[in-house]
Amino acid sequence: MSGLFRLENIHFSWPGRDAVLCGANMQLDAGERVCMTGYNGAGKSTLLHIMVGLLKPSSGKVIAFGHHRQKEADFFEVRRRVGLVFQDADDQLFCPTVAEDVAFGPLNCGKSRDQALAIVGKVLLDLGIAHFRDRVTHKLSGGEKRLVSLATVLAMEPDVLLLDEPTTALDERATQRLIEIVQQLPQAMVIISHDRHFRRQVATRSISLIDGVLDGPEAT
Amino acid sequence: MQTEPVLHSDAPDCVLQVDTKNVSLILEHADPRLRIIAAIIWSVIVVSLNSFPALLFALGLSLLVLCLARLPWRMTLGRMLAMDGFIVFMLVILPFTMPGDVVFSIGPLDASLQGFDKAGKIAIKANASILMVLVLVGSLDASKFGHALARLRVPENFVHLLLFTIRYIDVLHDEYKRSRLAMKARGFRSGSNMHSYRTFGYLVGMILVRSMERSERILMAMKCRGFQGRLYVLDQLKWRLPDSYLAAILLCVCLMPLIVELVHVRAL
Repeated sequence: MSGLFRLENIHFSWPGRDAVLCGANMQLDAGERVCMTGYNGAGKSTLLHIMVGLLKPSSGKVIAFGHHRQKEADFFEVRRRVGLVFQDADDQLFCPTVAEDVAFGPLNCGKSRDQALAIVGKVLLDLGIAHFRDRVTHKLSGGEKRLVSLATVLAMEPDVLLLDEPTTALDERATQRLIEIVQQLPQAMVIISHDRHFRRQVATRSISLIDGVLDGPEAT
Repeated sequence: MQTEPVLHSDAPDCVLQVDTKNVSLILEHADPRLRIIAAIIWSVIVVSLNSFPALLFALGLSLLVLCLARLPWRMTLGRMLAMDGFIVFMLVILPFTMPGDVVFSIGPLDASLQGFDKAGKIAIKANASILMVLVLVGSLDASKFGHALARLRVPENFVHLLLFTIRYIDVLHDEYKRSRLAMKARGFRSGSNMHSYRTFGYLVGMILVRSMERSERILMAMKCRGFQGRLYVLDQLKWRLPDSYLAAILLCVCLMPLIVELVHVRAL
């Protein structure tokens, strides 16, 4: 499967401010791990949010999995197949326990309670955090929260992962662990990261968002 | 009235040292629904009591259970006092507002015996029930409490509101602490002046705005995982045999003050 995502000539501006995106184009193919860089406020997170329909571009096309997506309803399927990991894990983890948080996505997709629990067990085991299962989410450390956030989206068995600054506030060991995990995941990814070491380890391609336009690709 | 029973509480603690570990364990493993219902029944019974002997008996029983459950009693009594803070004003006012036999007067205000009687009863009722609630429900962890409420058919919206509040109250508190620290780091010292008031206004406003933005991000994150307005409660509580035993024991405990009351009324 090639051409998972295609963004064509995306424009976006926040009300009352200058445009952040002015004609951004991007293509994401299966097996790619695209790292995106850009100044603070350049619109990197905005771009990820546009990809899953959380924000609506003022003009331009979002083509996901071969279909042009416009309405909110078009994006239900997209969100099911794309896992977006937010920058702040506290935004992502809202359930009392880890197990419930990981089960939230599968349950929304119509899985039964037992199926959801089976998925929880498998995903946590794959990430090597099976012992977190019954921990209370807000008492996890920063690194632990990050892994659990990743687990919550992996539980939906997505085809694409969008990671918004996954290494922020992680120490070296946690970063290393994340690198190893990301390298082993089969999904195509778009990763926003300011961490040069992290990018060098995981990226198959790098792009940068400058003045509302995406530059690249440069092979790495 | 509040300090005296505390002294008594030391006695049973020593006598029953051997058993207390078991009691706290039994409570910990008990079905949380049972604990909530028992606390409700106890409160209803205590509130309906009318004679001082029965009320004092109930208060003593609450304290005994508190000792048996091995809760940190200093903290628990602290929480109880926090609740007393809410009613103390009413208790002080009550003797002066209830008509009846005058005991003493302060200026134009007459304190009545009936008022004191009422205030005393309310104080004991409130403390006896809150103690049992603290022992039975207060020691439940928040998520268990929420789940038990959900299983007791409390409307889901309330349960989720509660769980969200519990989940994010720490996050908000951290944000508050960070801002306070940042203020301190720039030499802010609060006083009663316009600058302080304005600064605190900014602080509260900023926390509100941040919470609002955070709630929007949370909703976005939930949408990304296919949220369509339904939330789920995962764990299934199972009623087991020991729960039935405990239910019987708790029911007996709940009925004891009632019996004392009946005996007392008949003796009169």
